[in-house]
Formats: sequence, structure tokens, C-alpha cells
Amino acid sequence: MQGLDLSIVTPYSELLATGLWWTVVMFVSSSILSLLAGIAFALIVLYAPKLMALPVRFMTWLLMGTPLLLQLYVIYYGLVQVGIDIPALGAGIIGLSLHFAVYNADVIRAGVVSVDPGQIEGARSIGLSRGQTQRYVVVPQALRSTIAPLGNNLIVLLKDTSLVSIIGIAELVYSAQLAVSETYSPFEFYLTVAVIYYAANLVLEVGLHLLEKKVEMSR
Amino acid sequence: MDLTLIQRTFPFFLEAAWITVQISVLALLLGLLVAFVLVAARLSTVFLFRCLARIYVSVFRGTPCLVQLFIIYFGGPQIGLELEPFAAGVIGLGLNIAAYMAESIRGAISNVDPGQEEAARSIGFGRRQTLWLVTLPQAAKLMIRPLGVNAVALIKGSALVSTISVVELSYTAQRFISSTYKPFEIFMVSALLYIVMVYSVRFVVDYLDNRFAAR
Amino acid sequence: MISEKFMVEVKGARKAYGALEVLKGIDLSVSRGQIVAIIGPSGSGKSTLLRSINQLEVLNDGEIWLEGEQVNRPLKGRAYEQHINAVRQQMGMVFQHFNLFPHLTVFENIALGPIKLKGLSKKASRELAMEYLSKVGLANKFDEYPSRLSGGQKQRVAIARALAMQPKVMLFDEATSALDPELVEEVNQVMKQLAAEHMTMLIVTHEMRFAGEVADRIVFMDGGVVVEEGAPQDILQNPVHERTRSFLKKHLHDR
Repeated sequence: MQGLDLSIVTPYSELLATGLWWTVVMFVSSSILSLLAGIAFALIVLYAPKLMALPVRFMTWLLMGTPLLLQLYVIYYGLVQVGIDIPALGAGIIGLSLHFAVYNADVIRAGVVSVDPGQIEGARSIGLSRGQTQRYVVVPQALRSTIAPLGNNLIVLLKDTSLVSIIGIAELVYSAQLAVSETYSPFEFYLTVAVIYYAANLVLEVGLHLLEKKVEMSR
Repeated sequence: MDLTLIQRTFPFFLEAAWITVQISVLALLLGLLVAFVLVAARLSTVFLFRCLARIYVSVFRGTPCLVQLFIIYFGGPQIGLELEPFAAGVIGLGLNIAAYMAESIRGAISNVDPGQEEAARSIGFGRRQTLWLVTLPQAAKLMIRPLGVNAVALIKGSALVSTISVVELSYTAQRFISSTYKPFEIFMVSALLYIVMVYSVRFVVDYLDNRFAAR
Repeated sequence: MISEKFMVEVKGARKAYGALEVLKGIDLSVSRGQIVAIIGPSGSGKSTLLRSINQLEVLNDGEIWLEGEQVNRPLKGRAYEQHINAVRQQMGMVFQHFNLFPHLTVFENIALGPIKLKGLSKKASRELAMEYLSKVGLANKFDEYPSRLSGGQKQRVAIARALAMQPKVMLFDEATSALDPELVEEVNQVMKQLAAEHMTMLIVTHEMRFAGEVADRIVFMDGGVVVEEGAPQDILQNPVHERTRSFLKKHLHDR
């Protein structure tokens, strides 16, 4: 290994820290939006009339069958064309949120459908209404089976925030690229970035694990 | 909707799609190879091998593929690794997907009914014989679908190599979007090609699954 | 106005799934406090008939009456919803696969209906749940989760859950079919106890001996029609129809 020098990273700590901050911002905002949108899409596919569900299904098919990177390009350049001139940040959040919303919707839908239909019969046979059945019997059970897969989607989302560097959002990878353009030491910087992502991933996994345990506890 | 644009650019996209296919196939093969090595290491009696395999999987699944590509392509020269974008792309994608495939294979193996192994051992087969004669043949059927999922992820992940200047499908799409400012039409063409690739893989996986696994 | 001398009345029930006719015109009347056992081969439509009484299956034709009120009224939308929910509160159903709510304790399973539908306070519902749980012999399982119970215990909790709504009639859909043989008796005991207390019960079962012991009337169904019905001794000992005879010959060995 010739001339690798990790100390070259130190002066750029603040830059990377800012980048990490933006990564977290992207992650948190996209997580929340993609979960909310995922619930909405799942509800539409499950309960809305076929006609209304059709665009959601089409979008799901499209977003699941094409690369996220491509989707980000299109949204970024596409919004400008339609006349909406929002900063790259907005495009990035929208792109990530939409992409993961359809994956989340799929998980939620599967979770709801997997609740034993006998449960619904049991609840209805006592006289509980449809709404009450959903609220007290179906949703709690669906929640339990969707927590883990949704958590996995969040883990993927964290790593995929790196893609928004391509449309110019100053998150972690982009910041590293800036540093590399000044120091010509890509290996050290990208390695550092990898370590930071690994650590962040670990934190996320631990957090999700605790959440799952908590949901499991109230069994 | 600018149909002439689609007409004009289609040949470029087709050519670029071919590059995507090449990269995906090569990365897939590399990935499978490395995955099998990883699984063998995981099942080994040597503690060090098991450890190394676990670390590999953890690192490659715990960090973004984009960063891995950057380390290999941009950082490579610093450690004596001068690679062409295409090669760097294949290696980066392959090494990355290997970690996921290793988990798919390992999962399939552990899902084989434990009674099978017990029966084999009670006849007198050793660990390795049991693995080869009894466990793996059955695991093979179970891993078709998960590996198929990995392959699809790989095709979509191949878009990442556009960032290290490989002229594949996404690179071409981006080039045309930023020059023509017609993202909708360009997206249509490139999306279509990706979808064709993805669904072809799904089709093959379904076929293989039905042929070998659905008894 | 239909006379109220019957607790449950089924008139001309017809049900088909696509081209397959499952109920071909069933008439059935159950008096207050009567125990009716419905027997027959698989596919005879007996479960479908039972489930149509509380509208878990909707008939294509025919009427279901509960104590002078029509159950399957041709209402639509919200009116139907409110009607059917109210009617179901008056009927209790016990399922083959229990259908207990796994995310709730035994107490919560039993109390859910009374609390949400009858506005019982938490305290009152605890007392109510304890009462019915004791009745089925499981007072000590009050705070357990269903996953910790045996099949027989789960079914008894299911019975308590249905009883807690204080229904007018209890519907049993093959209540012991999914139980290991040693666990069947504890459930049968509870059912016999209910019978002795003059609960109106409709029991779909393939336990011939149990049916003979507990029922006031046995109805034999085959191929979507009632083939024969009458007092247990008559049906089980001296069946009139050939179909009844051959069915019983096959099944009288079970329990």
C-alpha cells in the first residue's frame, strides 16, 4: 500500500460532519414520508375501487422495476421541465420517498392480507363492526408482521441516500467528493465514508431491533 | 410527447442496454462464485474462515454499493489497482452482490428440513457427504427464488456504474435528459429497457422454480 | 309477522358458489332452548348453513329469522352494517379453529365485545369475564395469552368469549374437529352444561355419540338438502333413508 495517509481526512472532519448531517436529514425525512405514503398506497390498493388503485399499481410496477438512480435523475430534471423549480434537496427527498413508499406499501399490504381471515370472522361474529374489527383485531396483528420488513427497507434507505449525491445534494458522499477534489486521496476519504455508513447502519439496526422487541413484548 | 426523439435515441439506448446486460451477467457470475466461497467458509470448521466470511458479508451489506465502487475505481490506483471503469464496475457490483447471495444460499441451506441431515448422519454419512448428497441438492431448489431477487437487484444496481463513467443505460439516459430536457420521453425508453431485463430474469426464475422446486 | 315461537328459523335457504350449489332449499326451525345437532358428510353444506345464520355466508335466496326478526334483510350500505352488527351481538359462534385474538390476553379476548359494543366499564367487564371464564373452568388463565393454552382450553375461552355477549343462541361450527382426542371431552362438558341451562344451540358436528347425548333433535344433511331429521334415538338407531343409513354406518365408529 503506497502512501496511504488517513490523517489527510482530519482537516475535513467538519465538512464530512456536515455531509453526515444532511445524510441524516435525507434519511429521516424520506423515512417518514415513505412510511406515510406507503400506508396511503397500501390502503388504496387494498380498499379503494379498482380504478383508483390502478395508477398506484402502475407506479408501483414502474418504481420497482427501474433503478432508483434513474428515478432520481428523472424527478430532478423532470420537475424543472414541468416548471416546478425546487432545489435538488426537494427532488432527492421526493425521489427517495416515492421509491420506498411503494416498497413499504407492498409490505404493509402483505401484512394486512396475511392476518388470518378467521380473526375477522371471530370479531364480526361477536358483532364488532368492520371499522372496529380493523382497529382492534386486524391492524394490531398486521403491525407485528410488518415491523421487521419495514425496518429492512429503512436500512436500505439509509444506504441509498448516498445516491442523491449524484444530483448534487451535499450529503456524505458528495462532501467526500469535494474533499477528494482538493486532496486527490479518494481511498482514504471513501474508506472513511464507508466506516461512517457502517457505524450509522449499526446504530439503525440496533434501534430497529429494540423496536421489534418492544412490539413483541406486548404480546 | 416527442416520438422522433425516442426514435432517434433508441439505437443508443439499445447499445447501452447491451452494456448493462454484459455488466450484469459478469457481475452475477463473479458474485455467485464469491458467494459460494463465502458460504463454504461459513460452513467450515475453521473458526477464522467463518469469522472472515461473516465480516465480509457484514461490511458489504452494511455500506452503500456506491461507496464500494468509488473505493475500487477512484481509490484503487492508490493501492496499485488501476482498473478500467467497466472492470471496476463488474468487480464492485460482483463483490457487493456476493454478500447478499451468500445470505440467500445460507438461508436456503438452513431451511432444509433438519430431519434430513439427521437421517443422513444416522445412516453413517459424514458432515461433508451429508452436505453434498442430501442438504445441497435440496437447498438448491430453495435458493432459486432468493437468488432471483438478488439478480434483479443487481440489474437495477448496475445503474450505479454510470457514476464511474461506464456508458451503460442510466449513463446514456442521464446524458440525453440533460441535453434534451425531455426527461419524460427518455425515461420511458430507458425504463422500458430496464423493465424488459427485470421481467426476463423474473420469467427465467419462475420457470426454474416451477421446473425444479414446485413438487 | 312470523310467530315468535321459534328462536331461529331458516326458510328456503339457497346458496351457490358459481355453478356449485351448496344449499338447495333448506328449511329449519329451532325452538327456544332447543339443542339441534346437524350432521352429514363433508360438502353437505352444514357449515355453510350454520354460517348463513349469522350472515358470515350470504344466501342467494331464502330467509333467516331470529326470534321474530329477519336476519338477512335486504338492506344496503350503512343500514345493513348497523343491522347485522346488532343481530350478531345476539348470536354467539364458536369456530373450528377457535379464532381467538392472539395479541390480546384471555381476559381481553372475552371483554373486547362487552367493552366496545355494550359500553361496559373496565371494572364491570373484568367481573363479567371472570364469571364466564369460571363457568368454562379456566378462571386461572385470566391474564394468559392464547398461545400459552392447549387446544381444548382455547376453545373453552372461545366459548366464554361468545357467551360474554349474552347471546340468545349459540352456533357451534365443528367445535371439536380440530382438537386432539384427549382434549375433546373438556369442550363437550362445557357444551353439555350450556345445554342443561337451556341455551338454544345449533351444533354442526361429526361426533355422533355426543350428538346423541346432547341434542333434542338431529338433522342429517347431504348434498345441500335436509335428508332426514328427528329425535336422536330415531335418527341414530332407525334411520329411514338409505343415505342416512350408509353415512351412519361409516361414522358411528367415531367416538
